[in-house]
Amino acid sequence: MTSLPAKTEKKLGLVIDLDTCVGCQACVTNCKQWNTGGHMAPLTDLNAYAAEADGVWFNRVHTYEVTGSTACGASPARNSSSRTMHFPRSCLHCEKPDCVTVCPTGASYKRESDGIVLVNEDKCIGCKLCSWACPYGAREFDVFEGVMKKCTLCVDRIYNENLAEEDRVPACVLTCPTSARHFGDLGDPNSNVSKLVAARGGVDLMPEMGYAPTNKYLPPRARKDTAPAAMPAPELAPAPGGFLGWVDKLLSR
Amino acid sequence: MHPAFSVIFFTTASGAGYGLLTVAGVLAVLGLLPQNVWFALACSFTALALITAGLLSSTFHLGHPERAWRAFSQWRTSWLSREGVLALITYIPALGFAVAWAFPQTHVPLAALGALVAVFSMLTVFTTAMIYRSLKPIHAWHNKWVVPCYIVLSLMTGSVILLALSAGLGVTVKFLAAACGVLLAAGLTVKWLYWSFIDETAGPATPASATGLAATGPDVQVRSVEWPHTEANYVMKEMGFAIARKHAGRLRNIAIWLGFLVPAVLIETTILLPQLFSGLLAVPAAMVMAAGVVVERWLFFAEAKHAVTLYYGAQKA
Ligand code: SF4
Ligand code: SF4
Ligand code: SF4
Repeated sequence: MTSLPAKTEKKLGLVIDLDTCVGCQACVTNCKQWNTGGHMAPLTDLNAYAAEADGVWFNRVHTYEVTGSTACGASPARNSSSRTMHFPRSCLHCEKPDCVTVCPTGASYKRESDGIVLVNEDKCIGCKLCSWACPYGAREFDVFEGVMKKCTLCVDRIYNENLAEEDRVPACVLTCPTSARHFGDLGDPNSNVSKLVAARGGVDLMPEMGYAPTNKYLPPRARKDTAPAAMPAPELAPAPGGFLGWVDKLLSR
Repeated sequence: MHPAFSVIFFTTASGAGYGLLTVAGVLAVLGLLPQNVWFALACSFTALALITAGLLSSTFHLGHPERAWRAFSQWRTSWLSREGVLALITYIPALGFAVAWAFPQTHVPLAALGALVAVFSMLTVFTTAMIYRSLKPIHAWHNKWVVPCYIVLSLMTGSVILLALSAGLGVTVKFLAAACGVLLAAGLTVKWLYWSFIDETAGPATPASATGLAATGPDVQVRSVEWPHTEANYVMKEMGFAIARKHAGRLRNIAIWLGFLVPAVLIETTILLPQLFSGLLAVPAAMVMAAGVVVERWLFFAEAKHAVTLYYGAQKA
């Protein structure tokens, strides 16, 4: 059914820290690795080793130059400076996603239990309308299979009892070397992710579209202007004894 | 947005077919529809052929056309599904109307069926327009001019084709040439207003809001320096299609001349000419208009920018 649930029991989602993401693409790679054998498998690649390579990916990391933000420097003198920001983009498992309601077949749906937005590949006719309805470009059509594919929030990991409990998180979260990605219930104000969003002023992407994304992004933190302009290396203390002490003595004469 | 030929053909052909049925239906209600079996059959056949060919062509761009029947299920939320359901239902009054019109001896109530077919045809065109109108990420579609454009262009193309058929078969339909003129003028007006609207306005999102940073300060500027991928992906191929402004301007002129002005001049000339010559002008008028409307519909897709392009360097969408 493409009618949205009035309320979901949980709001599972990601919190992505734009301050610490270094754009290493590890999350992209592990996402592809897990999901090409997972719930929406395969994530088809076309011409993978040739020009015009194309393929389905659920996670894409952009790089932007940001200027004018307080994050670029707190003092007016440094406001003109800019910073590089890496920006992972994937499905935000929105609370009011038109990608679900426009689907004519019921293949697209939002789960009442945890709010995850999924595609039932057996029902999908490949009309692509849902991908038009997503402002975030989160859905990618599999030309080879003729169906729409998208991030599953690793629905086949997070409840998977064959995995060790600490591994029951999305592949991207598990792999991020800088811990820029956090997973949890954003519907529970006491969850770690909700506290993180509150503490860091987490934001929605394109709030003006009215999709009420579940995933939140933590903007880059304000750059400190207190760092000293120069940091001289400490002088070497003379060694107390031994051969080097003897050399030191000899040279200091 | 990528202009897929199947969808361009579907919206123009089925739009014309439903327009033809609507105009004929309204003429029947007004008692102005000439009773002529060949004219009736030609009109009904043309309308249903345009509609059916359009519907079939729209299934060609599906990844799984064999599952198309599933698209009738989600009419509660999906305009695409509603369109499918209405398109199917409309066949019933359309066939009834065809019988009533061609074979009056059957005593099928012509005016009632004319009203019914007109209402259902327009509802179907309305749902087609709403598929586009409801897509918030595409400013060129999510605006108040899209529904009027689809409705008026459907009536306009339908009436011009009806006129061409009547002229070709030597049947006179009172007021039809004048109505075509009015509809061509109305079509050009709504299209003109649509184009000015999309030229002068942009969608609400910006690169700063797309990355969430707009919330952190009013003067934030976000500039794309590196894409996530070196080759175009599905999102860029489907949603990133961009047509140069210069080309769009030329194509708009072509659409204006072929789709509206030339047919209007040809058709209004027929009013002055004896019956014999009107077919010589009304038929080419319909053909020129068809070409112009295809260009217009191609532009409807090609000029539409999707909000996702903001992630890929667009400053507005
Ligand atoms: S990010 Fe896009 S695909 Fe994901 S739920 Fe929101 S609208 Fe749908
Ligand atoms: S492509 Fe599939 S999931 Fe998307 S709207 Fe069409 S049928 Fe639904
Ligand atoms: S793995 Fe972490 S640091 Fe690397 S690109 Fe992904 S979110 Fe950024």
